[in-house]
Amino acid sequence: MTTTDMVGLAAASLLRFATSGSVDDVKSTLVGRPLHDSNSVLADQLDAVELASRHRGSAAPDLALLTDGLRAEREQGITIDVAHRYFATPRRRFILADTPGHVQYTRNMVTGASTAGLAVVLVDARNGVVEQTRRHAAVAALLRVPHVVLAVNKMDLVGYAESVFAAIAGEFTAYASRLGIGEVTAIPVSALAGDNVVVPSAHMDWYGGPTVLEHLESVPVGTDPTTSAARFPVQYVIRPQTPGHRDYRGYAGQIACGVFRVGDRVAVLPSGRTSTITAIDALGTSVDLAWAPQSVTLRLADDLDISRGDLITPTTSAPPTTRDIEATVCHLADRPLRTGDRVLLKHTTRTVKAIVKDLPSRLSLDDLTHTPHPTHLTANDIGRITLRTSEPLALDPYTNSRHTGSFLLIDPTDGTTLTAGMAGVAFTGRGTDPVPGDVQ
Amino acid sequence: MSAVSSPYVLSHVDVLESEAVHVFREVAGEFERPVMLFSGGKDSIVMLHLALKAFAPAAVPFALLHVDTGHNFPEVLAYRDRVVAEHGLRLHVASVQEFIDDGRLRERGDGTRNPLQTVPLLEAIGRHRFDGVFGGGRREEEKARAKERVFSLRDEFGGWDPRRQRPELWQLYNGRHAPGEHVRVFPLSNFTELDVWQYIAREKIELPSIYFAHEREVFAREGMWLAPGGWGGPREGERVERRLVRYRTVGDMSCTGAVDSDAVTIEAVIAEITASRLTERGATRADDKLSEAAMEDRKREGYF
Repeated sequence: MTTTDMVGLAAASLLRFATSGSVDDVKSTLVGRPLHDSNSVLADQLDAVELASRHRGSAAPDLALLTDGLRAEREQGITIDVAHRYFATPRRRFILADTPGHVQYTRNMVTGASTAGLAVVLVDARNGVVEQTRRHAAVAALLRVPHVVLAVNKMDLVGYAESVFAAIAGEFTAYASRLGIGEVTAIPVSALAGDNVVVPSAHMDWYGGPTVLEHLESVPVGTDPTTSAARFPVQYVIRPQTPGHRDYRGYAGQIACGVFRVGDRVAVLPSGRTSTITAIDALGTSVDLAWAPQSVTLRLADDLDISRGDLITPTTSAPPTTRDIEATVCHLADRPLRTGDRVLLKHTTRTVKAIVKDLPSRLSLDDLTHTPHPTHLTANDIGRITLRTSEPLALDPYTNSRHTGSFLLIDPTDGTTLTAGMAGVAFTGRGTDPVPGDVQ
Repeated sequence: MSAVSSPYVLSHVDVLESEAVHVFREVAGEFERPVMLFSGGKDSIVMLHLALKAFAPAAVPFALLHVDTGHNFPEVLAYRDRVVAEHGLRLHVASVQEFIDDGRLRERGDGTRNPLQTVPLLEAIGRHRFDGVFGGGRREEEKARAKERVFSLRDEFGGWDPRRQRPELWQLYNGRHAPGEHVRVFPLSNFTELDVWQYIAREKIELPSIYFAHEREVFAREGMWLAPGGWGGPREGERVERRLVRYRTVGDMSCTGAVDSDAVTIEAVIAEITASRLTERGATRADDKLSEAAMEDRKREGYF
């Protein structure tokens, strides 16, 4: 394909992954070591960290200062907000969303997980699976992160014992499977000593799997676009009206999922009118097919009334449109969300008015129990919600599409982002949703 | 979950390009009066290239805004004027020199004008009522920028409050703002310096000549090679010499350093960056060395 014409390293693929850490130095060591060993911490950054660490009276450089970039974070020695870090190996490029792991920062974990292709859940080998571990796993499952890595850290402090690792990996995998997480890669590591982070450990010959970095380099990225129904939210209508392009009328957007081909019969939602794709312009070249997540411009055989917010989809796989939405949400804002609230709902490129009809339950991520009919949701709460919108939306279940199944609720008065929403059922694990109880 | 199968593969540069184009189109679709900051540096040149692709075959539906410090490299100004003419773009210039001449700004003791750009920038945003302002900032550049959103709400003073940032999930960007506020938008958020160069190479984008090795007069100050000029260099005890250098970043001459280099092609530049043990800003930006949180502090005041 012309779009994969590349130069040198540009051929490498891209993996976005998320880590959820705690206030101790484990996360920064685990994050810092791959960065450091892949030459992504450069001399001047290291100098700056060493200088800052000395000012704080620490003898050793505090690698947390690499990712804790805000004045308040550095003053308090905590991570408040998501930091994005970038590093590369010869095989792949990485974008790391490094997120705080405490319950009061659930919204930041959700933010980091929303675009991640892989989540690293860290466990202290001495403590095993704890509440925070279950919360991280639940966020990864809720946000449908395709790959989950369990890094059992501090193996040096449990004598590199295989039995300790196997018990923790077994307990976690059972829990993850109930959340619908298909596959967990468990890796025993010592971030401090460097075991199995970048190079294989000399202390754990019983472990035959990959190091953390090897796994990050080799895990498949993305999904096969042919396995999902094609969705194209119209972002912008391109009409040059210049002498050379008098009749050009293109619908610009980023393919949310699936594949589009010239000749496809398509429906435009919510109107339901149909036409045929006559051309696909892929940022300067004309192509016969295009797939997610390419940004392209579609041209159709018929002059339909199509504008920003419409969804183009093959006639054979069009989603139903609805004004009544059931979803799982993570509330993000400090002001609470209550039944009766009037909000704006942004779904793909479409923003409509909506009313909160009901709050059926609040979910505890620690043990997956439900509190029925809470009076409101506060910041960092996860809950079930029903909404009624002013106009019909072509909404897929989030389990089918992270792009066309997700939405934001926005405060119409000041524009605050209130709530992140995922349409449909929350978890797809064994049994029914909700998943009750704990796994022991 | 099945593995990606051929031919449905995109390189990481393809993915970054598609994302950036998505951001441009979101702003064009939702904002009343967007504008793109353009310095003539490589990041803004890449932004312009992406904007041209995003709306082709139609014209870019917004103007450019250049904050001219008065100490810009002449090669860069010539490049700016050439691309503006070539693509029929509209260009607004906010001039630091004008603000100094009429007394609204005072020259700093250290001669650097980089921090002074904020005042003319905010004045231009207010006067033209720009509501969406594209900037070429990358999260990889600097630790405060690593915390930046793609859509970054600024208050009526242009200020950034890192504790009051909107969470940003999926590709759902919230551009709503009150009158007087505006949103800074960073389409290159997820590009690294290397990605930018690889994209330039792939797309065969022309750059100002100072990005490639050339002989020029420089003098040493605080470990950097600075260009002599009316802005206040060299001072006593600083000796001008001719060296083979190039620039990794382009900004105000008073604080932008050159690096020793013999890289005259894009491929050689990419090889050099790959092997470098210094970050782009660490190697070439004096203003970031002023304090541990220099960039955060400037961004709080309205810097881009």
